[in-house]
Amino acid sequence: MTRSLGWLAGAGLVALPFVYQQPYHLHLMVVILIWSFAYTSWSVMGRFGLVSLGHGGFMGIGAYVTALAWNHGGVTPWIGIPLALLAGGILAVLVAYPCFRFRITGHYFALVTLALSGIVLQVITATRDHTGGSLGYTPTRHQGGSSLYALQFTGKTTWYLIALAVWGAGLYVWYRVDRSMMRYALEAISEDEDGAAAAGVHVTAEKLKITVLSAMMTALAGALYCQYQMFISPDTVSGISISLQMVFAVVVGGIYVSLGPTVGAVITILLAEVLRISFGTRAVGWDNLVYGILLVLFIVFLPKGIVGSIVDAVRPRRAGRLAV
Amino acid sequence: MAILDVFLLEALINGVLLGGVLALLSLGLNLVFGVIDVVWICYAELIMFGMYGMYFLYTVYHWPLLVAAAVCIVGVGLLGVLLHVLVIAPLLGAAPINQLLATGGVLFFLQSAATVMFSIEFRNLGLRLPVLKLAGMFISYSRLLAFAAALIGMVLVYLFLARTYTGAAIRAIAQDRQIMVLMGVDARRIYLITSALGGGLAGLAACLLVLQYDVHPFVGLSFGPITFLICVLGGLGNFGGGFVAAFVFAELISLGGLYLDLEWGYVFAFVFFIVMMFVRPAGLLARRS
Repeated sequence: MTRSLGWLAGAGLVALPFVYQQPYHLHLMVVILIWSFAYTSWSVMGRFGLVSLGHGGFMGIGAYVTALAWNHGGVTPWIGIPLALLAGGILAVLVAYPCFRFRITGHYFALVTLALSGIVLQVITATRDHTGGSLGYTPTRHQGGSSLYALQFTGKTTWYLIALAVWGAGLYVWYRVDRSMMRYALEAISEDEDGAAAAGVHVTAEKLKITVLSAMMTALAGALYCQYQMFISPDTVSGISISLQMVFAVVVGGIYVSLGPTVGAVITILLAEVLRISFGTRAVGWDNLVYGILLVLFIVFLPKGIVGSIVDAVRPRRAGRLAV
Repeated sequence: MAILDVFLLEALINGVLLGGVLALLSLGLNLVFGVIDVVWICYAELIMFGMYGMYFLYTVYHWPLLVAAAVCIVGVGLLGVLLHVLVIAPLLGAAPINQLLATGGVLFFLQSAATVMFSIEFRNLGLRLPVLKLAGMFISYSRLLAFAAALIGMVLVYLFLARTYTGAAIRAIAQDRQIMVLMGVDARRIYLITSALGGGLAGLAACLLVLQYDVHPFVGLSFGPITFLICVLGGLGNFGGGFVAAFVFAELISLGGLYLDLEWGYVFAFVFFIVMMFVRPAGLLARRS
């Protein structure tokens, strides 16, 4: 029943741009889908208590490597994006492996990764001769129009379908992780590392796998954002505020459910847009004001997020009965 | 070839002066973490509000500088108490990461509240302190003043913690949160005092920073992350470690800025931080267990 509903909704989403073509709404959908994918990528590891504040860094790597390879090396994004994913993955290993090896967890892990997003932001700003620094960077247009080779499209419909496909793939990865043995291993690790190790879980390897997966997905989101917007700046794709924004949206939507990050993206982006349209420039700052209050309220009163709480309310919990 | 040329010496001295302020910044955060076991991600935003307070009281309403400073220190101290009562207290039993994220929400809130109230213009005190010229080096009085005030502030906090009954209770709570409650220490009262003290230190830092930097709603992002990294590098809750780490960081930034760009100074400091996390994960001064 739920399965067929899911397929139906998916088919509806694919058919949408052929029926409905209002450019602004399609643009909004594309942006929501790209960010949903980024948030889903974060939650793939975040749900196991591996709270990273460094994902802004991975997103920045994804966007800038792709754009720099295209502008400076003339490398098509079809090669540039895999390069960017590789760079993100390598960076993740460099930082995460020692972290896990030396058992840097919890607060400390969050703060080390915070330093990582700081580093990426500062490096982008410092190498302003190549990256444009804080003024931002634009991939060169390939002969002015759409091109499959340059992965540049002027039509919103094409981008909508690409973003939808990537977002769907992100959800699929989430499901695969959810159904895998890895999930049990990681849940055991997040409860008790020593216990998990004693039960035969290779703690470092399991954590490293999920971190690299999550980092590469985030880098892909960054590359996609770059190709769609055709403009990136250190503040829109990297840095600490982007990292916090990811965590925030996921917490609002729900960390432990597949559609949580997506719902978080829909709510946060729509909130910002509605405020921007109804109040114009007077609204500067109001969206984050509301975000901030919501974030605190959610963590205090609804730590499972919107979708998580709905799922809990609809489905009687077996775990609750067992615990009594 | 002189190794200790004038520019290097100037950079080194400026590094030490910057280190004093950073040490003060990290002291407040360390105190709160050591006692309450919570990281105030929004710490730098409290400082930002203090800076605005100084700007409005001194530049707009023309209060005497010292009175304005005193009001700001008390005001930010109260903000700290408010933060504790409204956000931290309900989450004391929750997972540590939730507390971290909740103060992250407060960060968003304070930043945008400042944007809404004060707009995004850069404002400064309009107060120009003279520059000290010494053997061909330029050292600004505002930095010297900040350094001295930071040292005095730290000594006062040290005396408070070491010599008073309440200070002893605060240190005891930091060592063992469960037992001290059984010994008759009112943990809630200690938490409130600590939050006020942490906020007050943020207020003092604000008074000193506003002498050197313009204030704008996002000013917190420029020194907030550095403050956390210093605390972690020194070992969260370890006051001495934070002190040493602040000076190491300040020198790295200052020297990196001398030889390359200021951003590279930050990059070096961040990379140094990550490397040190692997070498000494529990902090610079931690004893190896």
